Amino acid sequence: MSDLKQTPLNATHRELNAKMVDFGGWDMPVNYGSQIEEHHAVRTGCGLFDVSHMLPLDIRGDNVRAFLRRLVANNVDKLQVSGKALYSCMLNEAGGVIDDLILYFMDASWFRLVVNAGTAEKDLAWMEKMNAAWGMGLTLTPRRDLAMIAIQGPDATRVLNEALPGVDQITAALKPFNAAAMGEMFVARTGYTGEDGFEVMVPAKSAPFFWKALMEAGGRPIGLGARDTLRLEAGMNLYGQDMDETTSPLESGLAWTVDLKSERDFVGRKALEASEVTRQMVGLVLLDRGVLRSHQKVFTRHGEGEITSGTFSPTLQQSIALARVPLGIAPGEEVEVEVRDKKLRAKVVKYPFVRNGKVLIS
Amino acid sequence: MNIPADLKYTPSHEWVRVEADGTLTVGITHHAQDLLGDMVFIENPATGRVLNKGEECAVVESVKAASDVYAPVAGEVVAANAEVEASPDAVNRDAYAAWMFKLKPANPADVNDLLDAAAYQKLVESEAH
Repeated sequence: MSDLKQTPLNATHRELNAKMVDFGGWDMPVNYGSQIEEHHAVRTGCGLFDVSHMLPLDIRGDNVRAFLRRLVANNVDKLQVSGKALYSCMLNEAGGVIDDLILYFMDASWFRLVVNAGTAEKDLAWMEKMNAAWGMGLTLTPRRDLAMIAIQGPDATRVLNEALPGVDQITAALKPFNAAAMGEMFVARTGYTGEDGFEVMVPAKSAPFFWKALMEAGGRPIGLGARDTLRLEAGMNLYGQDMDETTSPLESGLAWTVDLKSERDFVGRKALEASEVTRQMVGLVLLDRGVLRSHQKVFTRHGEGEITSGTFSPTLQQSIALARVPLGIAPGEEVEVEVRDKKLRAKVVKYPFVRNGKVLIS
Repeated sequence: MNIPADLKYTPSHEWVRVEADGTLTVGITHHAQDLLGDMVFIENPATGRVLNKGEECAVVESVKAASDVYAPVAGEVVAANAEVEASPDAVNRDAYAAWMFKLKPANPADVNDLLDAAAYQKLVESEAH
């Protein structure tokens, strides 16, 4: 317990009687009562998430764009307007995924990245190594002095505007997947729930006050439990579960984030181009009673696959999953999933399952 | 902590009530449902199934995780609660009202081997470090 890392909101979560768990070495709230109620609150109102365990990382220097062109699989040249964000994988030479991250273009010599908590140290070491190997001369600054709060749901704009007088000038103009800096504060219209919303970075010492203001404006604290069911309904990958260093982004439902059109020589490109893609990610909806979980075997007419993430969907009121299965398996087909000693029937669907409060599968 | 004094308990977090006719009513404890969180799926053993002590015989699943339920003593399943299968959240609302199944014990004296409320409370406290 004493060894766990704490976010600047740790005391706040404890005051709110959150159930705290060890989440990859961080002492984090898994729920504040009912995970399902928290899930619905985000789909219908506004939820607040402490995501300060994730690491904002500033990369500065004249070569920053050239560096990122080689470092990540998506093309940072898509970012030409200050504040614009890009989702990408960072690959190893074998084409496996070191991490998935978000990059914000701020100015010609400054990009801000946000990387996963569990991979932050590994990511930083890799980036420093490449920085040196390529002679880029960049400065990489981890921003543990910042706290990050996600404000998500159809009511997110109103809650943020009310909690933070003056921010409406930013939120009114901010398009999805864009960010703006306002002094020490950084406001991004991004998230991990499939709803409209923001991820806001503030100085660590301001975080508890900001959190309380958001609650007073009607935001409801949401734990990591609901964060997982929300992201899975929204069809968003979770690093370490749906992809890792041994899996290709092309077999993880992430081909849309890999830019092979440009001439860039990014790390992992050669391996990806030489690889044969034999598997794909699909969505599953369980037809029988039960709950799909990661690592369960999937039996298809083209051979075996595996569930990478599975849960009970509070919006659909049935179990859903992401599964890596052989190519050729198409939406509408039925497959079988091994759950304990039984084989249960599941339907293959195109995901996301839910976006903006609406069920997208039939 | 909610641990009724009139029930018996197992180290695997089942509660057991000895009914007037000698049958045993079984469920999972308040502490167990609190650890698991919102329940979304329950599967009870079939009526008539004969169980050994400690045999895996039912499953409870929350949004978060699946957990096995074990037979507290040897016996035959004489009833299973279809209502908790239809509404698993009943276990979150009142773990001691939401019984799962009833056993006719092979040997009625076996219940004496189960934990009483004080012993179960100690066990829960020790697991909390």
